Amino acid sequence: MSTDRHQHTNLFRSDGLRRRRQWEERTVRAALLFFALVSVLTTLGIIYVLLEETVLFFRQVSFAQFFLDTRWTPLFLSQRFGIWPLVNGTVLVAAGAMLVALPLGLLAAIYMSEYASERVRRVLKPFLEILAGIPTVVYGYFALTFITPILRSVFPQTQVFNAASAAIAMGFMILPMVASLSEDALYAVPNSVREAAYALGATRWEVATQVVVPAALSGIAAAFILAVSRAIGETMIVAIAAGQQPKLTLNPLESIETMTAYIVQVSLGDTPQQSLAYKTIFAVGMMLFVMTLGMNVASYLLTRRFREVYE
Amino acid sequence: MTTDDGRRTTDDRRRTPQYGIRMFEPNLPRRKVMGMVWEGVALLAILLGIAMLLTLLVKVFVDGLPYLRPQFFTEFPSRFPDQAGLRSALQGSIWLMVLTALLSFPLGVGAGIYLEEFAPKNAMTRFIEINVANLAGVPSIIYGLLGLGLFVRGLGLGRSLLAGVLTMTLVILPVIIVSTREALRAVPASIREAALALGASRWEMVRDHVLVYSMGGILTGMILALSRAIGETAPLITIGALTYIAFDLRGPLDIFTVLPIQIFNWVSMPQAAFQRLAAAGIIVLLALLLTMNALAIWLRNRLQRRW
Repeated sequence: MSTDRHQHTNLFRSDGLRRRRQWEERTVRAALLFFALVSVLTTLGIIYVLLEETVLFFRQVSFAQFFLDTRWTPLFLSQRFGIWPLVNGTVLVAAGAMLVALPLGLLAAIYMSEYASERVRRVLKPFLEILAGIPTVVYGYFALTFITPILRSVFPQTQVFNAASAAIAMGFMILPMVASLSEDALYAVPNSVREAAYALGATRWEVATQVVVPAALSGIAAAFILAVSRAIGETMIVAIAAGQQPKLTLNPLESIETMTAYIVQVSLGDTPQQSLAYKTIFAVGMMLFVMTLGMNVASYLLTRRFREVYE
Repeated sequence: MTTDDGRRTTDDRRRTPQYGIRMFEPNLPRRKVMGMVWEGVALLAILLGIAMLLTLLVKVFVDGLPYLRPQFFTEFPSRFPDQAGLRSALQGSIWLMVLTALLSFPLGVGAGIYLEEFAPKNAMTRFIEINVANLAGVPSIIYGLLGLGLFVRGLGLGRSLLAGVLTMTLVILPVIIVSTREALRAVPASIREAALALGASRWEMVRDHVLVYSMGGILTGMILALSRAIGETAPLITIGALTYIAFDLRGPLDIFTVLPIQIFNWVSMPQAAFQRLAAAGIIVLLALLLTMNALAIWLRNRLQRRW
């Protein structure tokens, strides 16, 4: 190999070799550009597939039926296509998950960034990483077989499938993400800001909560929004533990259905692929895509526009 | 403090509560105690997360261990919990992992190399970057709908393993691109400059130097992306991967199932025995993930350089 290289150096002036190198360079560059463009094609593909089926869906179902009805029963004989019960279920579970993940995640981030010594961090961090790496189907199992029985013994009216147990499991699944992103935001606040607060006589906790957290607020908010987006798109936990009953309710102990769980339900069922009922999963997918896309963009803009800049 | 004619001085006014201005009272002991209490609460938040993790693991092991027998690995799924196994699911997961790795490695690493080493700083590059960041945030079930429309129906691949592999490749591509770029960025610019100064072309510089030195980081990211792929369930359900497969997988065009789908199927059964089978399946899945993560850590320590 190395002698080969030497010969190349000797032949360096030959036109043939130079042309070969230029050709190789150009080919490689073009191939790599194509690989990078696969991501753009993926986005276009998502939009195309969702749009195509959604347009077909809305030829048969009016916008009014979709956005103004309050019942979602496309799989029944009397089909109704009001999307809100599914949105309601999705938001209910996501809100519950946030009630768990936000306070715990922010507190964990404050501890990691402002209190923990390097040694403690090295011990605690891997645990949070494992928590984040556990497949969601495992959390679903845990919600159904562990959290639900506990809920039912505390609140006897709890249904076997309920929003609360899925929300709690999802909260713990999202906790590491909130903690890690918030910690990055806190960590980015320069020490001079902390030192100034200490010099004015603030205690450690006051520095953390009244100075560092406000300074990192845009980053923390961006982390929260990403977490909500993740919760809305999460599928397996809700498909296992939250039930299949789309309804308008704010009671977390009842069985509900989320948008993602509905897509799973139809995918597993024997709905004919050409039927209107089958097209609903693309319309629901479109709704889901638009919601999560909006939040991802908001989060992106938040980190970009409102970042506090320190020298 | 009043003057002779009874009027209050400004100094006095500042001390009077009804004006809303009070002297600052340090009150340090109380504030310090409050700080300590909250520090404890914050630590508790982390410990609660860890406690949840341990509870989950203990619960899964207690439920599943009795079913973790040799025939659990060699039998196909069955209506009878005592005879059921995850042979087809294990085959499906391993095939899916290997094929997805083969496909996503060149695509993801290539895209990462392009964006980090070749891309000019222009509007198109920025557009691609924003695109990758956005794709990372798209729910995986949406990829399932994409796979259903594009691969299952569009290319006519049906519910085959190949359709699953293509879908899963798209799911983990953003993860691989991001981790590849991080690994490349860790190689100092001086290495690049040295190679270019000796007359290497840009691709020769990347191939013979940057890529060699960053391979540890790239492979680590690759393994972590694959460990996400074998835990993913939703996109494969959406493209129609089946839950009951009672024959061996022979090629990429066969229908297939994977571990998480088999677990999901068992969890959904009303009988308690199947739930325990699900727990046993989860142990296998977690063991697989643990092995891969250990491999990633080993690779990172082995191949990664400090500059």
